[in-house]
Amino acid sequence: MVDVSTDGNITKTVGKLSIVVVAMFAFVFVVMVPLYDVLCDALGINGKTNGERYQVVESAIDSNREIRIQFVATNNAGMPWEFRPTDSVMKVNPGAANNTVFYARNPLAKDMVAQAIPSISPSRAAEYFHKTECFCFNQQPLAAGEQADMALQFIIDQDLPRDIHTITLSYTIFDVTAMAAANAPVAMR
Amino acid sequence: MGAHGPATQGLMRWVTTTNHKDIGTMYLWFSFAMFIMGGAFAMIIRAELFQPGLQIVEPEFFNQMTTMHGLVMVFGAIMPSFVGLANWMIPMMIGAPDMALPRMNNLSFWILPPTFLLLASTLFMEGGAPNFGWTFYAPLSTTYAPDTVTFFIFGVHLMGLSSIMGSINIIATVVNLRAPGMTYMKMPMFVWTWLITAFLLIAVMPVLAGLVTMMLMDIHFGTSFFSAAGGGDPVLFQHVFWFFGHPEVYIIILPAFGVVSQIIPTFARKPLFGYDSMVYATASIAFLSFIVWAHHMYTVGMPVAGELFFMYATMLIAVPTGVKVFNWITTMWKGSMTFETPMLFSIGFVFLFTIGGFTGVMLSLAPVDFQYHDSYFVVAHFHYVMVAGAVFSMSAAVYYWLPKWCGKMYNESMGKAHFWISFVGFNLTFFPQHFLGLAGMPRRIPDYALQFTDFNTMSSIGAFIYGSSQILFLFNVVRTIVAGKPTSEEKTWEGAEGLEWTVPTPAPYHTFSTPPEVK
Repeated sequence: MVDVSTDGNITKTVGKLSIVVVAMFAFVFVVMVPLYDVLCDALGINGKTNGERYQVVESAIDSNREIRIQFVATNNAGMPWEFRPTDSVMKVNPGAANNTVFYARNPLAKDMVAQAIPSISPSRAAEYFHKTECFCFNQQPLAAGEQADMALQFIIDQDLPRDIHTITLSYTIFDVTAMAAANAPVAMR
Repeated sequence: MGAHGPATQGLMRWVTTTNHKDIGTMYLWFSFAMFIMGGAFAMIIRAELFQPGLQIVEPEFFNQMTTMHGLVMVFGAIMPSFVGLANWMIPMMIGAPDMALPRMNNLSFWILPPTFLLLASTLFMEGGAPNFGWTFYAPLSTTYAPDTVTFFIFGVHLMGLSSIMGSINIIATVVNLRAPGMTYMKMPMFVWTWLITAFLLIAVMPVLAGLVTMMLMDIHFGTSFFSAAGGGDPVLFQHVFWFFGHPEVYIIILPAFGVVSQIIPTFARKPLFGYDSMVYATASIAFLSFIVWAHHMYTVGMPVAGELFFMYATMLIAVPTGVKVFNWITTMWKGSMTFETPMLFSIGFVFLFTIGGFTGVMLSLAPVDFQYHDSYFVVAHFHYVMVAGAVFSMSAAVYYWLPKWCGKMYNESMGKAHFWISFVGFNLTFFPQHFLGLAGMPRRIPDYALQFTDFNTMSSIGAFIYGSSQILFLFNVVRTIVAGKPTSEEKTWEGAEGLEWTVPTPAPYHTFSTPPEVK
């Protein structure tokens, strides 16, 4: 039969293993989720742009280089708004500030709130694409039938790798009316 | 040493039992019931895919079938079957009187039947059962999921709990209850593979629990872990899921490695070749399983450096796996081999698992995976490793130890028939799926283009053959228990080695109440 010292050892083993179990559960929330966000922000993985407003640094305009910026607007499934860029392509010089607007209209007979989520391709261009002003920093409410021109101001970094000639900035617009009603703060992207 | 039987009789014996053999038996029967249920779902899938067009079921129901088939087979059939085997065999193999935590053992089994009843009941609920695939990617499983997803989440929590308790029990048993003289490097391979598997389970089941908890919060409590609209990211789901999911596939296969490492030496009448290297290979596979998860998501849009890392790390797994395969072959080399049913299934395992391993190496290559991703090639690959791997080795294990368990011999001809029908049926089902995948047929679709018809028809016929061969298996096992030829030889098999073959046949209710001396 199992003697007393073995019983004690079993309890010790179970104790150690239970700590591992709890630690691994916590690992998901404490390490994996924040680490993923940090890595995506730092490396521009998934074409995520830094959610922060860019602090403008004085820099010369490189007029010898021209970068094509393509704008794409997509509606998430079930999102009824009209949503499109007014310029589908812009040619810009690195270092210069550029302005454009996206057009949105709420065709429904009810007030809605939307959130645009950006993505940049190629993804390694993401960290060189600086937004000084973007409608994606905030939720966009539109009353029934209302329309809006939503502003975007950006600067392409001088240090953009030389082999990148075209950058695509895509926005997907999501219906967040329910979330906004619940007053859930939305992280800026 | 007492020769007592169970303390209570009748139904309550099974509800209240803390005996490792009783609990092992219940696990095995439960997993077989789940195997039949998951198999029935597979039959519906293959019947629908017998010819193009929609004949039998609606697409929505088809999606529920693929989802439930995967969930039930992975969590209901394969995992509990190996836990059952561990319960039966580990104490007998290391000379322990029982599992270290018998009451928890009872609980970890009895959580399972209600869990799967709950999961199966969603089929009859409004909105239907979960329909988002067994990998339940967000937002399919959050924003667009049927309401029954909450039952699914609760179910996953419960089976995670059961697995974690089972694993703690196995580790506590192996670490503390080995007979005097049974050092770690003398343990049978099955015990080793289960010890490592149990550590994997303890490491990743909580991750799965965390994942479904995040889903629950997204669905009901307004968080946005996986919702891009709220600042989350659906790709995060895939990373966390596969951080669990890749070790999970080794959780399924490692005990199977252990089983064939017991059986092949018996029928080759030679000790296992390269025991030490087997142990180290198992440990390396377990370690590597934590750093290869993103090879399931090459097409998600990773940086090239990431793709390269995961590609090389994945290819590295072929090395310890190759060590194992070569060790099994070398064990058979120049052995006095005989081909009883357990040996047939074991050789079938080595052969078919190696094919699955090769397609795995193909899939590990990021550039070509862009073609194979989410195609029937992937379906063929993982059925070669899971069915021919886990299920074949489980069948081998049942034939191998059944005489020890019940003191009666199974019918050898029927066993061999089971093997050959399964072998032909299995290959007829899954080999053509490689071609379908390469030709571009995506997985998880209820209808397909006309050019895929012939291979799908073959595959469905194979599936019906494979499915019916399991009825023969059930019949053979039941017949053995009820009316098999009694045997009382301690060593059922001439070449068998190990402590489990030193106890009387059938194995008494309590074994090794006094620990044996291992030299």
